[in-house]
Amino acid sequence: MSGLRVLVGCKRVIDYAVKIRVRPDHLGVVTDGVKHSMNPFDENAVEEAVRMKQKKVAKEIIVASCGPTQSQETIRTALAMGADRGIHVELAKGEEDLQPLAVAKVFAKLVEKEKPDLVILGKQAIDDDSNQTTQLLAGLLDWPQGTMASVLEHSDGVLKITREIDGGLEDISVKLPAVVSADLRLNEPRYATLPNIMKAKKKKIEKMSVADIGVDVTPRLKVQNVVDPPVREAGDKVPDVSVLIEKMKEKGHLK
Amino acid sequence: MLQCATLARTLTCCRSLHGHYSTLTSADVEHFQSLLGDNGALTQDLDFYNEDWLGMQKGESKLVLRPRSTEEVSDILKYCNARHLPIVPQGGNTGLVFGSTPIKDEVVLSLQRMNNITDFDSGIGAIQCQAGTVLQHIEDYAGNYDFSIPLDLGSKGSCTIGGNLSTHAGGLRIVRYGRLRGSVLGLKVVLADGTILDDMTTMRKDNTGYDIKQLFIGGEGTLGVITEASLLLPPAPKSINLVMFGCKTFTDVVNICNEAKKQLGEIIAACEYMDDTCMLSVVDNLNLPYPMEEHYPFYFIAQTFGMNPAHDQEKLEDFVEGVFAQGHCADGIIAASRDQVKKTFALRENIAVGLKPLGHNYQYDVSVPAQRMEELVEDIRARVQQWDNVEVASFGHIGDNDIHVHVIAPPGSDDVLSAIEPYIYERVTELGGSISSEHGIGSQKAAVLPINKKEPLLNTMKLLKGTLDPRGILNPNKILLAEQ
Repeated sequence: MSGLRVLVGCKRVIDYAVKIRVRPDHLGVVTDGVKHSMNPFDENAVEEAVRMKQKKVAKEIIVASCGPTQSQETIRTALAMGADRGIHVELAKGEEDLQPLAVAKVFAKLVEKEKPDLVILGKQAIDDDSNQTTQLLAGLLDWPQGTMASVLEHSDGVLKITREIDGGLEDISVKLPAVVSADLRLNEPRYATLPNIMKAKKKKIEKMSVADIGVDVTPRLKVQNVVDPPVREAGDKVPDVSVLIEKMKEKGHLK
Repeated sequence: MLQCATLARTLTCCRSLHGHYSTLTSADVEHFQSLLGDNGALTQDLDFYNEDWLGMQKGESKLVLRPRSTEEVSDILKYCNARHLPIVPQGGNTGLVFGSTPIKDEVVLSLQRMNNITDFDSGIGAIQCQAGTVLQHIEDYAGNYDFSIPLDLGSKGSCTIGGNLSTHAGGLRIVRYGRLRGSVLGLKVVLADGTILDDMTTMRKDNTGYDIKQLFIGGEGTLGVITEASLLLPPAPKSINLVMFGCKTFTDVVNICNEAKKQLGEIIAACEYMDDTCMLSVVDNLNLPYPMEEHYPFYFIAQTFGMNPAHDQEKLEDFVEGVFAQGHCADGIIAASRDQVKKTFALRENIAVGLKPLGHNYQYDVSVPAQRMEELVEDIRARVQQWDNVEVASFGHIGDNDIHVHVIAPPGSDDVLSAIEPYIYERVTELGGSISSEHGIGSQKAAVLPINKKEPLLNTMKLLKGTLDPRGILNPNKILLAEQ
């Protein structure tokens, strides 16, 4: 292999530092006029691909995003970080509720078209926290997967991956082509510097619609209700253990 | 004029002028303990109150008073005035001009426990709070109602609004919100004899006679003690952006700053600069991430606040493209997320903390015309050239022509100090500038104030001081030196 072709997925989400407001109809959160940015884990995915290119492990990076018109900005950010070209699957009216299975199906079609050796996605989006797209995509493609990657090493068509799991760290190796999801500790994403931002303006972004791709993106899940978590009540300080036990009994926590 | 040109000599000088006050007695201490309760009158573990933030000056106060209300402050001052006991009002003790710590054994009047927010009109954004409220706390509280604070500075986690007002603090947002006194709707002040001046209001406009409260803003606690404040808060921005440029020359920085104000217009929220000594200190000592590949002699940072992300982004991109096309910068970044905004701005906000461990920071805060700033720094460098172990770092609010110069030397470098002072004050005055843009006079510059502020201005200040504090008990030898 004289350099891998890498497909990276990124999503435009509400900036993680912004305070979220629940919509009055309780069917979602307010997005109008709210600052959006690239999903943080996707930044790690883009950064990893760019590093692979710098090490000459990768020869081409394609960044793809499914989203509204403004997702173009997210793609431009990835191009400014070092991706070579972009694909914008622009969602039409009524397609805004794009769920992980639909995204995976779209990406499966992109894989068919672009024939990458490796797909890197962020492990989950911070708006729905699904952590499903990578796994579903691997299933649809019948490709091996390495999720929650915090270390990625390539040699001769084999990827050595360190995964962050509940019990600690797990080392696996997968044969390419494969799907990988990036975790926070995979790398420190670079800032987009001005010369690269200027260069990125000249890089190509191919636009297509869901209809062009020919995928059914009808949502299978319906959000019933979105509420704020209950307000945390102030705690009670007690002078000693006997009072503590009394209070716990009072509240029914102790028999 | 007194020959107190250096810090060491100022201290001795000020202490020698302290002779004529009463000495604190155990009867005084008992009086305060019964007035304020045990937690309100401290006689032990007073290091925090006696030592300034820079760690360069230590007083010898034996008593720290911590009232909880304006009435208690009034009782304290009435007593001290009658007893002729000098006091030093203190907030968060983050001042940089030796203005909020005792010179000798003055009683410290700490406003720490007066930290309540008493009212907030969330329609217009008028907040009322006690003077000891920490600025960050006001920001957090107001944030719940989508309001923000009209000033922002590196010490906001510790400084109090009373301190901000009495020193007329400047900070990062003057290009956007103007100077602090413009946001003050009302004040409550206690005079030296205990009289309570109540000018608390939420009215935006009020031209009813002399605006007395303005005297105390910037009065550094020498004309009265601010105990409560009513402030107008701006709405919190929905869209926050940041750009940083690496520049080869200082002229580039000045040009970018002028362009920023013109092109970013109403969304501009900060125009700052720093040199590479500052950048290296925060990156090395505080482990903050550096966003570009190479280092440059100077950096310019602009921050924007707006209500419409798309609109702001467009303005920002036009501005950045222009700067790049005109060759004013060698490199730069646009922060792509709030996280990047925070981390990059932190490089500027934490300079004082980053430089601190490098040695004793003899620091100066001066205003000079933008085109003379670089010249001034070079002049100072030339004065300390002979010492290998002395560094000169500069940074500041370039948008306000306000430059902070730190001369970093081993502790106790009296010779270095003599080379810089009073030279720097004379040079700044020659250039038509101010020897203190925002940090105030304190006791650090009291002896050199006459270099920069001519008669009869100084005499008028003395008249006011004499009228409002005839016994001279309020923060003596701060701003004005006591007459022999």
